[in-house]
Amino acid sequence: MQILRRNLLKAGLIIASAMAFPRLVLAWPAQAFKVKSRNEALQEIYGTSELSQSEDVKLKAPDIAENGAVVPVTVSSDMANVESIAIIVDDNPSPLTATFELGAGAIADVSTRIKMGKTSTVLAVVKADGKLYSTEKEVKVTIGGCGG
Amino acid sequence: MDRREFLRLLTMASAAGMPVANALARSGESSSLYELDTFGNARLLHFTDCHAQLMPVYFREPSVNLGFADALGRPPHLVGESLLKWAGYAPDTLQGHAFSYLNFTEAAHRFGKVGGFAHLQTLVKRLRSAYGEDKTLLLDGGDTWQGSGTALWTRGRDMVDACNLLGVDVMTGHWEFTYLDAEVRANIEAFNGEFIAQNVRVTEDALFEGVEAYDEDEGYAFKPYTIKKLGEHRLAIIGQAFPYTPIANPGRFIPNWTFGIRDEAMQSLVDQVRATEKPDAVILLSHNGMDVDIKLASVVSGIDVILGGHTHDGMPKPVPVKNAGGQTLVTNAGSNGKFLAVLDLDIAKGRVRDVRYRLLPVFANLLPADAEMQAYIDKVRAPYSETLSEKLAVADSLLYRRGNFNGTFDQLICEGLNAVLGAQISLSPGFRWGTSVLPGQSITMEHLLDQTGITYPETYVREMRGEELKLILEDVCDNLFNLDPFYQQGGDMVRVAGMNYVCDPLASMGQRISEMRLDNGQLIEASRSYKVAGWATVGSQSPGRPVWDVVADYLRAEKVAKVDRLNTPVLKNVGNNPGIANYPG
Repeated sequence: MQILRRNLLKAGLIIASAMAFPRLVLAWPAQAFKVKSRNEALQEIYGTSELSQSEDVKLKAPDIAENGAVVPVTVSSDMANVESIAIIVDDNPSPLTATFELGAGAIADVSTRIKMGKTSTVLAVVKADGKLYSTEKEVKVTIGGCGG
Repeated sequence: MDRREFLRLLTMASAAGMPVANALARSGESSSLYELDTFGNARLLHFTDCHAQLMPVYFREPSVNLGFADALGRPPHLVGESLLKWAGYAPDTLQGHAFSYLNFTEAAHRFGKVGGFAHLQTLVKRLRSAYGEDKTLLLDGGDTWQGSGTALWTRGRDMVDACNLLGVDVMTGHWEFTYLDAEVRANIEAFNGEFIAQNVRVTEDALFEGVEAYDEDEGYAFKPYTIKKLGEHRLAIIGQAFPYTPIANPGRFIPNWTFGIRDEAMQSLVDQVRATEKPDAVILLSHNGMDVDIKLASVVSGIDVILGGHTHDGMPKPVPVKNAGGQTLVTNAGSNGKFLAVLDLDIAKGRVRDVRYRLLPVFANLLPADAEMQAYIDKVRAPYSETLSEKLAVADSLLYRRGNFNGTFDQLICEGLNAVLGAQISLSPGFRWGTSVLPGQSITMEHLLDQTGITYPETYVREMRGEELKLILEDVCDNLFNLDPFYQQGGDMVRVAGMNYVCDPLASMGQRISEMRLDNGQLIEASRSYKVAGWATVGSQSPGRPVWDVVADYLRAEKVAKVDRLNTPVLKNVGNNPGIANYPG
């Protein structure tokens, strides 16, 4: 049987929402999403803002966003024992954009769409074995037009 | 052409009293221009960014094409004498004229117009038959369906049929995507060659809704690559459309497609193609722009040659770029039908041994029009000839657009917007297409449409605060001068009239623009409102008349189009930059 990609996607979405919903309700770190800086947000979620830059954290985001309102971002890692992933946009009014809590044995590979008000560094943080690892990339938000 | 044919042409031209004959006789080089040694075993012909110019045109190359840091003095950021010196051409020769702005008006009178599909056809046929049809491929880098009145009115179809007649085998795109997605699909359907692009994907949402895709699993909207057999060898041609189409142009026409450079996907595709198809050579047909291609060539390995376009850089020699897998050659083949690139490859089993590259200027006076193509062009233009040939005004000086800042034709457009719409300041996009008009020539509606023929031509007039104006200028300036090519969009600076400014290309984003003043010298204040006119809005449709109607009103009233000054910025940090010459600012 040939499974069409859109059907697979539909199935995937249903599973994802069923699994994610209870956790979101139970562990909503409200304060972390209110603070105004990267370090404050990291302190709120992880109790530390100490990061080690790591090539094992993969961040996929466009160089220039096609639409700042929905910028596709994927964070993944092959590291062992990944417990949590966070995405931070430094120049957004509220920098912390998303956190993902991963169950034991889960594959560390999350995709989401984030809203960006202007050009900013996007920071991907992976917590593995109790330590924070990160990588970052500039995503440009432009008013567009005037192309050749 | 062979020597006998050249002499025959020369005799004909002399008999007709054509100045070109004398000029060519003096230059003593034209006899060899189209006589190419046979080299290698596969020939790729490449043109790009013809912008729908079916007829021969004048096209002035830039005198300002700045590069900084790694790009300082590196092709394509060389103009005029610096460019000719690098290329090894003398001024006042056919090539000196084709590749530079030097003495443009005088040289244009001497050497005549360039391009035109009927003349291009003659050259293509000659180069194909001389080398062997079965060993030759014709590639089109895109920006083919837009740039003229007839392309606009036929929604690109006049160019699809012209390319079918020309025998284009493979193409990719950019301005092609400024028609509606269904029209793009219909044009591709009517195109006899293949349309390829690895970096155009159907969005997840659209896939979910069942929108057509070439490959649902990978999300490819179009075929990503094709394999062509040339003689004994197999070549993989990968397509790369303009990565920032829905940003630089309206996304609303093509809501289901998403773009991007996708360099990692490119590497995976190259690896996959090399492993599964076992080609003897891998070629990238790219619409990235030359700086982006040079960076891409440094981060992706396994591509032998990138045949590039978008930035309209007529570069006579390829630029070699080192990468993990060895070396990739990067080319850029100019615009407006002015050039045909010839890449001859000496291919062994599984690898390219050596190459010869030439970028041939297409001089209409040296290449007789192909009768079949000319008949087609005449037919497709006939219904519009009255509109196109309307004389709006006489050009008092040379009119052109290309360059990092205001060209003279932009100045006319901006002053027309201010005058007709009653604005203080006007903005006009830094497109790199648009043909040139010689002093004393009539500016026809066709010329005006060459500068403005887009599917989102509506004008606007609105109150804009000084800080908004600065934001726009800073934003566009960063798209031009960001030191990382992956953050550049390949257009030029937005054109202005009614105001002046100082620009420091080396400053960081948000800090490049200063000293914004009205023409009367008054400082533009951040919180004060100004009446600003413009056109070509990408976000949503503007309410005003199409820009060509507004500017045509202005030109008809002016009768003689004079450009007394250019609102080009005062520049900082450009001393000794070989990408600028004769700058009026």
